[in-house]
Amino acid sequence: MNEDTVIQTFNLTKLYGEIIAVDRVSFEVKKGEIFGFLGPNGAGKTTTIRMLTGLSRPTDGKASILGLDINSRIVEIKKYIGIVPEISNLYDELSAIDNLLFMAQLYGVPRRKRRERAEELLKTFRLHERKDSLFRTFSRGMKRALTIAAALIHNPKVLFLDEPTAGLDVVAARSLRNLISNLHQQGITIFLTTHYLEEADLLCDHVAILVKGKILTIDTPQVLKAKTDKKSLEEAFMKITGLEPEILIIEKGK
Amino acid sequence: MWRDNLRGIFYIALKDIRTYYFKPPAVSWGIVFPITWILAFYLRNPQSFEELVPGLIAMTILFSTTAAEAVNINFELRVGSLERLLLAPISIPAVLLGKVLGGVVFGFIMTLAVTIGSTIVLGLHPDFLKIILILVPSLFVFSSLGALLCVMVKEVFEAQTLLNFPRFLMIFLSGVVYPVSKMPVVLQYFSYALPLTYTVESLRLSFSGGSYKMIFPYILILISFFFLFMLPAVKLLYKKFE
Repeated sequence: MNEDTVIQTFNLTKLYGEIIAVDRVSFEVKKGEIFGFLGPNGAGKTTTIRMLTGLSRPTDGKASILGLDINSRIVEIKKYIGIVPEISNLYDELSAIDNLLFMAQLYGVPRRKRRERAEELLKTFRLHERKDSLFRTFSRGMKRALTIAAALIHNPKVLFLDEPTAGLDVVAARSLRNLISNLHQQGITIFLTTHYLEEADLLCDHVAILVKGKILTIDTPQVLKAKTDKKSLEEAFMKITGLEPEILIIEKGK
Repeated sequence: MWRDNLRGIFYIALKDIRTYYFKPPAVSWGIVFPITWILAFYLRNPQSFEELVPGLIAMTILFSTTAAEAVNINFELRVGSLERLLLAPISIPAVLLGKVLGGVVFGFIMTLAVTIGSTIVLGLHPDFLKIILILVPSLFVFSSLGALLCVMVKEVFEAQTLLNFPRFLMIFLSGVVYPVSKMPVVLQYFSYALPLTYTVESLRLSFSGGSYKMIFPYILILISFFFLFMLPAVKLLYKKFE
C-alpha cells in the first residue's frame, strides 16, 4: 500500500440475507483529499461507511484505514477517525459542552485539554454562546454542527461524513460546506457520502459513483464531466448511471 | 486497549447515572416501589417486619439496578446514541459493561440507603461486610439480567414489559415475603433457578449470624448468574451491529 493511501478497500462486500447491499467495492483514498461517495438512496453508501467504521462487519473483501485492517484492528482505527453519522445522535439531555466533554472522555483526550478543546470547537462552529443549552433545544443545523464538532474532539486524521447537509436549509448547508472546506485545508482526509451532486462538485477531489452496491466509476469531478461531455457533475452522474432516460420517461409521462 | 475499555466503562456509567438514574422515575422504581410493597406486608403482619428486611434489600437491588435500563439501552439504540458510543475506541462488551455498571452504582447507593435505614429503625446489627459481599455480585447479576432482556427487544415499551416478568416472578418465588422452604417442593425447584433466591437466602443468613463459609457458595452462584446473563447479552449486541 502506498504511504499516501489512507483508506483502501478491496472487493468489500455486504450481504443482508440474499440482498447485496455492497458489491465487491474497491477504492483508495489519498491523504488529505476529500473523497466523495455518490449515489442515489439505497446505493450502499451508508453501509460502506458502517463497515469502514466498525458498525457493521463485511461479508467479504478487505479494507484498511491508515494501514490497519478493519476486521482485526477496528478499536485502534477508531482512535484516528471521526465519524458524523447521517443522524445527529448526540445526547438530548446533555448540554453542548457536556456532549463534547463526554466524547473527549470516551476518546481519551487528556483531562487538562478536554475543556480547552471543547471550547475551541464550540467557537469554531459558532456555538459558543449556546454551550450550556441542551442538545435537544438546538436547530437541525446547530445539531449537525455540534455532531461534527464531537467527531473532531480527538483531532482525527480521517473524517467520515455521512450526508452532512441532508435536511438542512440553504444557509446552514452553505455554512457547513465552508466548515468542511476549512477542515480540508487543515489536512484532514474526508470521506463524504452525499446525494447532493452540486455539493460533491464543489468539495471533492475524487468521487466514486455507486449504484445498487457497485462502483461504476472513480475519478475527479472535472474528468467525469469532460468524459461525459457535460457541464455539471449532476448531468455527468445521470449519464454514467443511466438514470437519465428513466427520469425523462417519467417526465414525458406527466 | 484494556485502558481504553476501562475508561469507556467508567465514563459511560457516569454519564448514565447523571442522565438517567438520579431522576424521579428511576428513584421511584428503585426505592419507593420496594418499600411500598414491603410496607403492605408489614401492615398485614406487623410482628414479622424484621424477617422482611432481607427481602426488602433484595427487592431494592432488583428494582434499582433495572430501573433505567430500558431507557439507557433501548431508547439509545432507537435514537442512535448507543451507536455513537460504539464509534468510540471501545469494544462492544465494554460499552455494555458501562451500561451495566451504571445500574450497579445506582443500585448500590439505593440499597445501601435502604439497608442502613431499616437497620437503624429496627435496631438490627447485621455484619455489613457480609451484606456488601452479597450485595455487589447481586447488583451485577440483576443489572446484567436487565441488559440481556433489553438487548433482546427493540422498543422501550417492549423492554419494560419484558423486565416486569422476571421482576414479579422473583418477588413471589424467591422467598422475598414467603420463605422458599415453606413452598411446595415443585416451586422450590423452580425458585432455585432464580438468582434472587440466592440473594434473599444469603442475606437472611447474614442477618441471622451465618458464617462467611455458609455465604460463600451463594456468592459463587451469583457470579455464575452474572456470566450467564452477560455473555448472551454481549453476543446479542454484536448481532445487532453485524
